[in-house]
Amino acid sequence: MYSILKKEIRSFLSSLIAYVVMIVFLVAIGLFMWVLPEYNVFDMGYANMDTLFSMAPMVFIFLISAITMRSFSEEKKSGTIEIITTKPLSDMQIIMGKYIAGVVLVIFSILPTLIYFYTIYQLGATKGNMDIGATWGSYLGLLLLASCFVAIGIFSSAITDNQIVSFIVSMFLCYCFYSIFDLLANFNLLGSYDSVVAALGINAHYISISRGVIDSRDLVYFFSFITAFIWGTKTVFSARKW
Amino acid sequence: MSIVVEKLTKLYGAQKALNEISFEVKPGDVLGFLGPNGAGKSTTMKILTCYIPQSSGTATVCGFDVIKNPIEVRRQIGYLPELNPLYTDMFVKEYLLFSAEVQGLGKLANTRVEEMIERVGLTVERKKKIGQLSKGYKQRVGLAQAMLHNPKVLILDEPTSGLDPNQVGEMRDLIKEIGKDKTVLLSTHIMQEVEAMCNRVVIINKGKIVANDKIEKLQQHLSADILVTVEFKNEIKESLIRNIAGVTDVKQKGKRYLVRSKQDVREQLSQLASSQNWVLLSMQVEEESLENVFQQLTR
Repeated sequence: MYSILKKEIRSFLSSLIAYVVMIVFLVAIGLFMWVLPEYNVFDMGYANMDTLFSMAPMVFIFLISAITMRSFSEEKKSGTIEIITTKPLSDMQIIMGKYIAGVVLVIFSILPTLIYFYTIYQLGATKGNMDIGATWGSYLGLLLLASCFVAIGIFSSAITDNQIVSFIVSMFLCYCFYSIFDLLANFNLLGSYDSVVAALGINAHYISISRGVIDSRDLVYFFSFITAFIWGTKTVFSARKW
Repeated sequence: MSIVVEKLTKLYGAQKALNEISFEVKPGDVLGFLGPNGAGKSTTMKILTCYIPQSSGTATVCGFDVIKNPIEVRRQIGYLPELNPLYTDMFVKEYLLFSAEVQGLGKLANTRVEEMIERVGLTVERKKKIGQLSKGYKQRVGLAQAMLHNPKVLILDEPTSGLDPNQVGEMRDLIKEIGKDKTVLLSTHIMQEVEAMCNRVVIINKGKIVANDKIEKLQQHLSADILVTVEFKNEIKESLIRNIAGVTDVKQKGKRYLVRSKQDVREQLSQLASSQNWVLLSMQVEEESLENVFQQLTR
């Protein structure tokens, strides 16, 4: 698994994907946080990073789909899948190697935003007047949300040998799971069950964990979500044997 | 036995790609797996390398079953798939190190990679990206990748297809040399290849084995007939040749005649020519090549 992980990360670095993703993410988020009117910290007037944490999921829907779209589809198209699956590696090792590589890349693109954290911390009306617990909670939430997106992306890549199809399916699924349940809940169709519908989506748990309280229900949700998609990937990947 | 295949069947939908084939490969054999396109060669190899499972029957490599113990099987084999897929954006050495790592060579990886690069003749190209290599060198990378972990069994799917004649020659020499201390199963649809490299041959057609023998035996077995090509200066009466005792068939190609007979009829042919005042230009006994054998068997 470690060797696959290493290979994937090297391929991110050598194919420029890693740099493009990081730069686009940081530029987009940086613009929203510091430059664009209405969204930026100075106009908002609060020493928090809400802009980052509300924009990042949207940016990630694109970027993570772009990172993961090639992971299996390219190997299928070029036939190299036959090389790695005939090496002494289990299917799970291959999938986890690729999955963790995606998560690592996301972590590295989030890391530089800690500078924003530090900046805002210093900018507070009295220095350090900032909800630190909520910020760390939001970081954890963002990381878990991104991990879910990577799982979706890997799954979408496994179902097709066409990168474009994989990209679009991945974006669609990410968007659906991120916010569609929230929107459905807003219709008030099910009365008191609406909160259950909302709880099916990622956003409800993301917001919940962003408050800085790490609730075991949210953790269970995120980990089950990731497991479900990894399992789905394994099923699809092993389907070549049917 | 290095490879034992028993009653192997593979269905693609309703189509039988393999129909109960059985064969064995002894350690040290270089087995040529011969057949027209779509005969089931690649399917057999994919089953042996645990890429796809069979529909029924069993296959074992070095005593390990491909279904029950796929990881162990994969440790025993080196595989060069058809069309030699490679990570084209990786460097030669990088790719080989990756393969070595996946094979679990650990600290040995670096020395083994260096050894292989030298052995397959990639020293000059070692620092290039795989995508920049010519087809022949790519093939060497594929072969190096397959042999890195010093496997007991090498499975090569059409190792020389798409190479130019020089590269084909080099590749054959390389495989012949490797075959001295390994079991090799290689597939091809080119006859000369098998004659040049293998000591045994399995001919497969439409999912069934039509021949499985040592090469010399196969040639003897099928060349009970003797073929003689005679060339005359002018066209002659074919029926007179047919009248010679033992001649079973005569084919005319311009002024050349391909005479098939039960025994050697060269003497009678030359006597006939002088009695009829035909000018005999040449006469040659054709060795029955595997090509003919192949055509006869897979017709």
